[in-house]
Amino acid sequence: MRLPPQSGEWIVRSKPHGFRFEGRGYTGFEGDTIASALWAGGVRVLGHSFKYHRPRGILSAANHDVNALMQAGGTPNVRADATPLQAGMSLTAVNTYGSLERDAGRFLGWFARFLPVGFYYKAFHSKRLFPLWERMFRAMTGLGRVDFSTPRLRTPKRYGFCDVLVVGAGPSGLSAALAAAEQGADVVLVDENARLGGSTHGATELISKVTTHPNIRVFTDTCAAGYYADHWVPLVERDRISKMRARAVVVAAGAYEQPAVFRNNDLPGIMLASAAQRLIRRYAVRPAQRVVVLAANADAYRALADFIDAGIEVAAVIDLREAVPTEQVAVLAARGIPLHAGHAIVEALPAADGKRVAGVKLAPVNTAAPVTEIPCDGILVSVGWAPAAPLLYQAGTKMRYDAGVHQFVPDTLPDGVFACGRVNGVHEPESRLLDGECAGSAAAAHCGFGTMKAISVPAETASPTHPWPIVPHPKGKNFIDFDEDLQLADLENAIQEGFDNIELMKRYSTVGMGPSQGKHSNMNALRVLARATGSTPGEVGTTTARPFFHPVPMSHLAGRGFTPERRTPMHAIHATAGAVWMPAGAWQRPEYYAVAGQSREECIEGEVRAVRHGVGMIDVGTLGKLEIRGPQAAEFLERVYISKYVGLKVGMTRYAVMCDESGVVIDDGVVARLADDHFYFTTTTSGAALIYRELSRWNTLWKLDCGIVNLTGAMAVMNLAGPKAKTVLASLTDADLSFPYLAVREGSVAGVPARLLRVGFVGEWGVEIHVPAEHGAAVWDALMKAGQAHGIRPFGVEAQRLLRLEKGHLIIGQDTDGLTTPGEAALDWAVKMDKPFFVGQRSLKAIAGKPRRQQLVGFMLSADHAGEAPKECHLVIENGDIAGRVTSIAWSPSLSRHIGLAYVQPDIAQAGQKFSIRLSDGSMVTANVVKTPFYDPDNLRQKEAT
Amino acid sequence: MTCPVNGPRAISEFAYGGEIRPMPDPTTCSDDAWADYVFNRNGSPGVKREWWCHTPSNTWFVAERDTARDVIVRTYLYAGDN
Repeated sequence: MRLPPQSGEWIVRSKPHGFRFEGRGYTGFEGDTIASALWAGGVRVLGHSFKYHRPRGILSAANHDVNALMQAGGTPNVRADATPLQAGMSLTAVNTYGSLERDAGRFLGWFARFLPVGFYYKAFHSKRLFPLWERMFRAMTGLGRVDFSTPRLRTPKRYGFCDVLVVGAGPSGLSAALAAAEQGADVVLVDENARLGGSTHGATELISKVTTHPNIRVFTDTCAAGYYADHWVPLVERDRISKMRARAVVVAAGAYEQPAVFRNNDLPGIMLASAAQRLIRRYAVRPAQRVVVLAANADAYRALADFIDAGIEVAAVIDLREAVPTEQVAVLAARGIPLHAGHAIVEALPAADGKRVAGVKLAPVNTAAPVTEIPCDGILVSVGWAPAAPLLYQAGTKMRYDAGVHQFVPDTLPDGVFACGRVNGVHEPESRLLDGECAGSAAAAHCGFGTMKAISVPAETASPTHPWPIVPHPKGKNFIDFDEDLQLADLENAIQEGFDNIELMKRYSTVGMGPSQGKHSNMNALRVLARATGSTPGEVGTTTARPFFHPVPMSHLAGRGFTPERRTPMHAIHATAGAVWMPAGAWQRPEYYAVAGQSREECIEGEVRAVRHGVGMIDVGTLGKLEIRGPQAAEFLERVYISKYVGLKVGMTRYAVMCDESGVVIDDGVVARLADDHFYFTTTTSGAALIYRELSRWNTLWKLDCGIVNLTGAMAVMNLAGPKAKTVLASLTDADLSFPYLAVREGSVAGVPARLLRVGFVGEWGVEIHVPAEHGAAVWDALMKAGQAHGIRPFGVEAQRLLRLEKGHLIIGQDTDGLTTPGEAALDWAVKMDKPFFVGQRSLKAIAGKPRRQQLVGFMLSADHAGEAPKECHLVIENGDIAGRVTSIAWSPSLSRHIGLAYVQPDIAQAGQKFSIRLSDGSMVTANVVKTPFYDPDNLRQKEAT
Repeated sequence: MTCPVNGPRAISEFAYGGEIRPMPDPTTCSDDAWADYVFNRNGSPGVKREWWCHTPSNTWFVAERDTARDVIVRTYLYAGDN
């Protein structure tokens, strides 16, 4: 089926590639697509349709043949019509049970009447039958297989900039790129094909002018996948995504040739004339031996010339038009090809095996009875075009239906967006060049390069698109949507059932919702709707076009992360000490420090023991650290935190909780007063950046006489805690360590100026040591060295979580959520409603009189609890209903009990009450409400070192 | 977007802070009026006065933005609610 060498063919005959399809061996050439190589090898059935599992071949050969999807090793949904053939490929067709040859799913065709339009809505409507249908469809549908062992691909992203981005390198796009570049603009030209030229063949002079122009960068094999605000277009290449920011965009994306609708219009061997041209010119593959051409425009007769040149026998031309222009008639007459003007194909006849076309039945347009049969093994269809306008729609272009060319064309283009060529309703080859020049010149002028050329583009003399290429048939199987197997009657039924608006019809019938996104079906579907409702296509309108224009692999979207990972100044020390890392906000923090021969739990327990009985140290430099100075600094803090700070003594700290305007707890930290007009305060790790930003906004709004500085990255912080902590620190500091719990002092530690905050988060004598970041590592090292004699251990986030849980201290975001008020989180004591104002106060006042929804309580499991323990987020169940949830739970080595925090309904929140927690397996565990702290209830240990 | 302090910068450097809406006096307003302020937003298209922040320099400012056309009309530093 391979033709003799064609001028300009893409295949490299000296490089044959062996490959396998459905278990059989074939040979193609370098430059082939999978589909062209298979077609050359005599394969006609490339895949099966989604619903009825009908055999399907090549339709467009233009990246829209979604019935010819292949599984290539671990890669699903490989488009056979656009994917380059590689040597050694092993391919199978999707949508088959068993093999493509004997697809057990084909029986579905016989049951078609049980799969009516809107089937999903009708079937899934019944709650009782839903599980049945769901199981059946999970097994039957889906395209391809995901291989979970596929190695992770790191697909690069890059950012690009240009003056004029031209999408589409057909004649109009080439011409636009050249015109813009010659006016001095920096031009990027993209095309999804491997080579420039679009549907033309041999525009070599124009192509070489473009490729050699210094102002033009060319991206082939690249899809402009969407249009985003300010001319931002992702260019998707096979192994990379480039986010291109342009100053102007020229859409020269061309048009999709549209199928005609007649019975069995999906049989292998029936394809668009442009698909046949691609097979011949690019791959030198014979589309068929003896063809019938269904025509309705000048493009059909240009294609016909190609078929004749390639030596394909044209049995007849059937033209939907009564009046065929004389120059087109002459093409046929010279070669003795019969013309059936004013006729349509009523039905394609299948071969005996049902897997390929064997002939056509035709009849005069608008009559039912076929008059003639013509045997053939191919039907080449050229009846019209639909503009490839998704990018224009996404950019906000207003389109209108132009009855002169029977297509939607741009009416009002957004600023900086231009259109030319077929997408602009310009189809004649010479006109497309002019239209491109015009758009390219205008786009360059828009960017300030040169002035827009005055070019007049002649109007089309005849419509390249037939307004009604649709023939009804009593037995159906006249497909409008090949992706979704929708027949003419399906749409008519949908309209009759009341879904007579384009958006409703789409959702109900699923027309245009398959992988090709309606590229071959939307136009015909809206024609059907227009005719049924007595309106024009322009009145019916189109559905909304959303990115992406074309499927984009997840690996491209995930790509390389651009979110930087933050590390504290002690990061390298932790790594040497065996840190096992966990993310905390943007930061990496040690979860625990691995010790050879010990399990995770043993390591964490060892760290906890060190803090409780000796000394431990944790890097808490990830906390947000802010400083505020100015005469109204205290006033500012009064307004943003729920407690009072005006009266806070210099040299003291106070716990600080922040609410949002709805009274929900959003952050906490410690405020230290260094001077009357100078405070230093902390925020949570994850909240740091946002809290600083929000406080800055309040300060902008209120204009208080104070300024906030973010010291988060500038300071390193470690919390030294445990009964021996004071002894360890004393050896390295000049500060008097007799200062009380919750005080703050400035002094030097290991020769470095430091702020020392006496804290009790983990429940032992502890001090947060804040030093300039550049000295963090040195101070940490000095403390670790000084602590050696006392068995000091660094401890990680897990040990800290357990230590604070033993103290009943909550973690914002873990023990609170997006609805938690201070009262619910047992923070009533911190709320000072008698202040004149704080953010959230008015909302707390409004809910104060209402019954409380839930209450955070401490709980313990019974001492003899055996078996599985509850986990975070397990539900509290009362009388069969949800009555709360567990927010924290752990085994406390200090108490030898499971302890935790949970939200429960207020009526079961008193110490001594019991509640039930449901485990994942449905079994229930009883918990006892207890007062917190669980450990050292009088907080004696954190106040004085023993 | 144009930061009033730093000039035109990539849009990725900016963070949105919501429409500028005057806070009712919490001491006198009703619960309903307060709830309306806290929870309801006016989504109707048109020119909005909005808080925007140039995040690298932490500069808050006002942007007047036509949400119907997705166009930034002008930006300036905050000088009061009107």
